[in-house]
Amino acid sequence: MGAAVALLVGVLVASGVYLLLGRSLMRQIIGLSLLSHAANVFILLSAGLRGNVPVLGEAPAPYTDPLPQALILTAIVISFGVTAFLLALGYRMHLFEGGADDDDR
Amino acid sequence: MIAEMVAALPAAPIVVPLVTAILLLAGPRPRAQRLLGLAGSVVSLAAAAALVAATRRGEVLPIQAGGWPAPYGITLVADALAALMVLIASLIGLVALLYTIGARRDDRFVHAGWQFLLAGINWAFLTGDIFNLYVAYEVMLVASYFLLTHGTSRAQAREAFTYVAINLVASMFFLFAVALTYSATGTLNMAHLAERVPAAPVAPVRAAAVLFFLAFGIKAAVFPLFFWLPHAYAIPRAGIAAFFGGLLTKVGVYSLFRVFTVVFPGQLDGVLLWVAAGTMLLGVLGALAQDDIRRILSFHIISQVGYMVMGLGLASQLGVAGGLFYVLHHIVVKSGLILVGGAIEETHRTGRLDRLGGLARTNGPLALVFLLCALSLAGVPPMSGFFAKLLLIRAGLEAGQPWIVAVSVLVSVLTLLSMLKIYSGAFWGAGSPPRAPARLVAPAAALAAITLLVGLGAQGLYGLASTAAGHLTAPAAYVSTVLRK
Repeated sequence: MGAAVALLVGVLVASGVYLLLGRSLMRQIIGLSLLSHAANVFILLSAGLRGNVPVLGEAPAPYTDPLPQALILTAIVISFGVTAFLLALGYRMHLFEGGADDDDR
Repeated sequence: MIAEMVAALPAAPIVVPLVTAILLLAGPRPRAQRLLGLAGSVVSLAAAAALVAATRRGEVLPIQAGGWPAPYGITLVADALAALMVLIASLIGLVALLYTIGARRDDRFVHAGWQFLLAGINWAFLTGDIFNLYVAYEVMLVASYFLLTHGTSRAQAREAFTYVAINLVASMFFLFAVALTYSATGTLNMAHLAERVPAAPVAPVRAAAVLFFLAFGIKAAVFPLFFWLPHAYAIPRAGIAAFFGGLLTKVGVYSLFRVFTVVFPGQLDGVLLWVAAGTMLLGVLGALAQDDIRRILSFHIISQVGYMVMGLGLASQLGVAGGLFYVLHHIVVKSGLILVGGAIEETHRTGRLDRLGGLARTNGPLALVFLLCALSLAGVPPMSGFFAKLLLIRAGLEAGQPWIVAVSVLVSVLTLLSMLKIYSGAFWGAGSPPRAPARLVAPAAALAAITLLVGLGAQGLYGLASTAAGHLTAPAAYVSTVLRK
């Protein structure tokens, strides 16, 4: 299980970097959000994948460490906000020039 | 009551600007906006001054948010280092805001973004928890994205997009490093990490250290991660650029100082001095190749960061103290220079040296302010820059690294050369350009006066920097106060 999730992180980073290196703004934004997903999955992995749901009274011990999930929640909110900002910025560049391609015309 | 207020003091430089920013978003009238923005900056400056007074003898003042004891809760820690950084951040925030108001470049959004940025910067200095440091960085960065893109043209929006993308990648490195650190040690509180890292497995700790270095290094613009800075800092108006150029990279430098002394001591030995040498040299060479005032100054930010990293790389208390002294001196001088560049741009609509000339004849005070700051940047006595470099050179010789001292002296000479290039291009020569109004010159003049005063009373600031460096090179008191109070 751990190896499969580690592989998933690798695939997310690879696709993120590939998209980020492209010319289109839209692709770059998607690439950046894939990179932040990779970081979030990696944090999940740092707690280990064993244990039960960390809700008191719901499941017997041992529980999974709940702290990384709280960290991920914060990181997701931040990356959501920044992605929204990037989309707005990209839209503004589109309005300026009428094309979201990253050309130096 | 008074004891409770003193205990809550370390949170004030974060809470005051945040509350001010939210009030500003509610949309008061222009006059009230200015008063509110200035009031927020003045109150956080006062709180910062009180913090410096309360920590000047080496006291460590922690706050455990929500009453959860460390390492379970989120800890804010004010020690001499954090207090000094908060003081300088609030000071520059206020002076650059005065300039922005003087240049009539302020509106509701600029004021609100300004306070959010100040809150994020102060937060990054005061936090005692590595994940919380990430959150502080993001608050600061989102505010900086906003200020950078507010009212820009398409070309500027493109540069800003690059800036945001690079910072997002740096944030991803940060998150990976946080995850590795947590899996290796089971904690994210810096003081708790200082206890646990020595016993943790070597490989993940080393990997986390490298990732932290990349994350902070991109933000601090060290060699070889500085390529984004000159483009990004040429976008905004000078008031905002002075705030950015003085402080944003220095938050990265501060994080390097904090994390690579308290949490991961000795993990980057041997690398840091090379990084420092490369940063100093390439920054100043880049500056020599430019012919626009603001671009020259942007490259100098990079070069000067090299000196700070040199202090960290020397790893002795004197070296770290010298590095911190350099940070404090540099923030004042660099912001002053950018504000002078801004005053020229506002009056002449250009910062290109080939279109300027003769400013010294009609703008005597501006020339004097520029000269004071430029000589201080190059390290000419009796300004603060001389003492900052003196400390670093002494620390370098004591540590047995004469080559880095040689590099730093060479870079000083080149710095002086490129400052003379601005002076001869813009201030000497033919032409009788119009006079810059006093409201644009006064903020930079205040900063020039500070660098002169700090130089004349260098002993006082050295004492504070030395106390701050003591918390970093020997963190035992910091660790025990945070964990057991």
